[in-house]
Amino acid sequence: MARPDAKVAERDQMNVVIVGHVDHGKSTVVGRLLADTDALPQGKLDAVRRECERTGKPFEYAFLLDALEDEQDQGITIDTARCFFKSSARDYIIIDAPGHIEFLKNMISGAARAEAAVLVIDAKEGVRENSRRHGYILAMLGIRQVVVCVNKMDLVGYDQKHFEGIEREYRAFLESIGAVSPRQFIPISAIEGENLASRGKKTPWYKGPTLLEVLDALPKAPPKIDQPLRMPVQAVYKFTKQGDDRRIVAGRIEAGRVKVGDKVVFSPSNKVSTIRSIEGFNTKPRAEIEAGWSTGFTLTEEIYITRGEVMSHVAKAPQVGTRLRVNLIWLGKKPFVSGRDYKLKLGTTALPVRISKIHKVIDASRPDRSTGELRSPERSAGGQGDPPRVPDPIIGRHDVADLVLELRQPIAFDLTADCEATGRFVIVDEYDVAGGGIITEAVSDDLRDLRDEARTRDFNWVPGGVTSAERTARNGHRAALVMFVGKAGVGKHKLARAVEKALFGEGRAAYMLDGTNVLLGVDNDLWVDAAKSELVRRFGEVVHLLLNAGHIVVSTTNTIGLADATAVQALIPDAPLVLVEVGDGSGQACDLLVSGDEPEAEVVAKVRALLDARHITAV
Amino acid sequence: MDHLDQLEQQSVYIFREAFRHFERLCMLWSIGKDSTVMLWLARKAFFGHVPFPLVHVDTSYKLPEMIAYRDKLAFEYKLQMVVGQNKQALDEGDTFPIKLGKRPDMSKEEQQQLRTACCGRLKSDALGATLHGTGTRMRLNLETGKYEVDPDKQPYTGVIVGARADEEGSRSKERYFSPRDKHDNWDVGDQPPEFWNQFKTDFAPGTHVRIHPLLDWTELNIWEYIKRERIPTVSLYYDQGAGTRYRSLGCGPCQSPIKSTSKNVDDIIDELKSGALKNVAERSGRLQDGKHGLEELRRKGYM
Repeated sequence: MARPDAKVAERDQMNVVIVGHVDHGKSTVVGRLLADTDALPQGKLDAVRRECERTGKPFEYAFLLDALEDEQDQGITIDTARCFFKSSARDYIIIDAPGHIEFLKNMISGAARAEAAVLVIDAKEGVRENSRRHGYILAMLGIRQVVVCVNKMDLVGYDQKHFEGIEREYRAFLESIGAVSPRQFIPISAIEGENLASRGKKTPWYKGPTLLEVLDALPKAPPKIDQPLRMPVQAVYKFTKQGDDRRIVAGRIEAGRVKVGDKVVFSPSNKVSTIRSIEGFNTKPRAEIEAGWSTGFTLTEEIYITRGEVMSHVAKAPQVGTRLRVNLIWLGKKPFVSGRDYKLKLGTTALPVRISKIHKVIDASRPDRSTGELRSPERSAGGQGDPPRVPDPIIGRHDVADLVLELRQPIAFDLTADCEATGRFVIVDEYDVAGGGIITEAVSDDLRDLRDEARTRDFNWVPGGVTSAERTARNGHRAALVMFVGKAGVGKHKLARAVEKALFGEGRAAYMLDGTNVLLGVDNDLWVDAAKSELVRRFGEVVHLLLNAGHIVVSTTNTIGLADATAVQALIPDAPLVLVEVGDGSGQACDLLVSGDEPEAEVVAKVRALLDARHITAV
Repeated sequence: MDHLDQLEQQSVYIFREAFRHFERLCMLWSIGKDSTVMLWLARKAFFGHVPFPLVHVDTSYKLPEMIAYRDKLAFEYKLQMVVGQNKQALDEGDTFPIKLGKRPDMSKEEQQQLRTACCGRLKSDALGATLHGTGTRMRLNLETGKYEVDPDKQPYTGVIVGARADEEGSRSKERYFSPRDKHDNWDVGDQPPEFWNQFKTDFAPGTHVRIHPLLDWTELNIWEYIKRERIPTVSLYYDQGAGTRYRSLGCGPCQSPIKSTSKNVDDIIDELKSGALKNVAERSGRLQDGKHGLEELRRKGYM
């Protein structure tokens, strides 16, 4: 079915958010814009006027937006309301964001959808707490087109000096936080309709454009087509029951472009494949697709990938790591605290995360004169003259912080300056999104070298004639590492052998790798005092080769312990690792803990169950 | 990429997020133009398939053509069709049309109250019972062509709904993923933040999430998309020669057709863009809305 290519929606559309301190007149600005651009439903203006007469309230343009009862009762916008209006240039969606601090999460929800922002400052009240906080948040959200309206100019007699004073003060503030400087400052009176949709007569000294003129002149953000390819994998679909055998890797291309035949890599697993086709429903077949499309691909070599990985080209892959320096805003009712896990969502991945180190907690309403410069622990700990012990800083509701986050597993990401979509994240506390932030720096961890080694190796790997999918199909299982760890003499070897034999007996390609055998040969050139890291590295690379051959590797070693498992995993990012600790338990995380005294068959059964549960054997 | 493409792509993204995070997912299909566009978008998202059940609440007052159209598409697209109904209210004659029939002289105000109450019973209550699995669900057997009692009584935890922000004030405050509490209530004043396309996909036991893939669409966008994609729609939307048509579809007794000679999709698009309907609210022909009527209904679970 070919899609008729009727040109139906050629008009440009732009989302604009209205922000500012509470009561500075945002809703009035929006109501007036709607009224003056003839965007209100027939009779609505009259109906609101009549309702005001009936209840004895003076008419306000803001009432046009107040669709909800509790909102009218409180007289403040509690959530972002969306309204539509058109100019001669384009269609607009105006997002009216609440200015009250209580509803900051709603303001952010609205602002994050916008391409441009109108920040309203009350001429009489001047720059207030949320004028600054909102300015800071707009900068953090990456909204680069900002127009500042100095409203209620009628209350200050349309005084030019007064307007210029506010402009000076607010510009200086934005400069101090490194935000993009606004397109325009406009003196307006929303109540009197001055300089909104039409030029006012009361500000002859103002030669700049009206609000509508500024909006119409704002350029649309250029599509991110020229950036490196980034597509977070949303899902891998196979609708076999519906008689559809395509295996489709689906997601939205957030940046860049990709075409049929391109070699692509998935991070953090480092899996490589080639685009076979671009899939869609009721669309023309296409050979190339770019940023903005929620699409799907089939691949020439079927590889096992899961949601959360990021598809890119080999040459410009995203970074992979476990430590991220970020700027974050916290919106949760409970503070963001050290020492416990939260959920981090970035692109389509979700991983446990915790605070590694807090650099600074900033008062977002006064970030220019931040009181949050904290003493770092190094400086405060045990110095001469016993400086007062600085308590752990608390990231409370509506705080902004500069901190390092640590993930338990590596994540694919970019710095926000390089790619917005993969350079920002939210934090989930219990059931709700409680904060969000942007990544400003990749912080090195111990495993970075090993991870880099694995990436270079995998990206340049010369494949044989048999693919891993074909091996999986023939063997009836995926390649995986079952690692027995524990002190010498607890019976690891005996159990590993039993697992190997049981798997082999089932017809699986299983191989027991005893660490001693690696020491005897591959490590033969190393001195007895060789660095542990090199032993781990060589062990990991041997495992990698066996995995590449399609085996379930059952390893047992006294040299390499539970603490080294993450290093081994860094070298085999694409393979599942099942950690079995034998002994009393070290307290570190593992998949299975056995004492070593159980009957062999019991341990074998437990390992087998884990292999099924992880879809290693039950493919 | 034009504006319709952008809307379509965002909707597709939302569908896939919903399907990934909600094991107990369903989509409400009112047979109207919006939810039929949504059905089409689901097929876009899942490459021609619709991998979750569609729920229709049949008040028994729907126009017969809507039911015929529903079943026709269900067969054509191989849909998992689930229908719910408040049988008790119907059996007891506890509906606005029956009460009006008994007392045709009742005042306009009383009529308005009864209309809202009727919506509450036949739609909101029936919907709640169907979603929670406490009411009888009838499922279409695509082989026999009959509706059978659905053995599945598990509640749905993710419900895809075709609300659009431009319809009326309260809908403009929805998130793409909006939580509802144990009593299906919507706490509009305390919704979780939603930004950067990170949605509310975690939820407490007993609560559920409403998912709104059409939130950013306008009525005009819907018709433009119907035209572009050639989506089949019920003929009630078009003037059949009498000079009237339905702009929005609900129950027979509570909606009136509008005066319009639009005979096809192109006519309707013209009418919305520059013609008589340019600035007239879409639901003006739906009589239950009134002042705060719809808002009140929506808090209690109306879609």
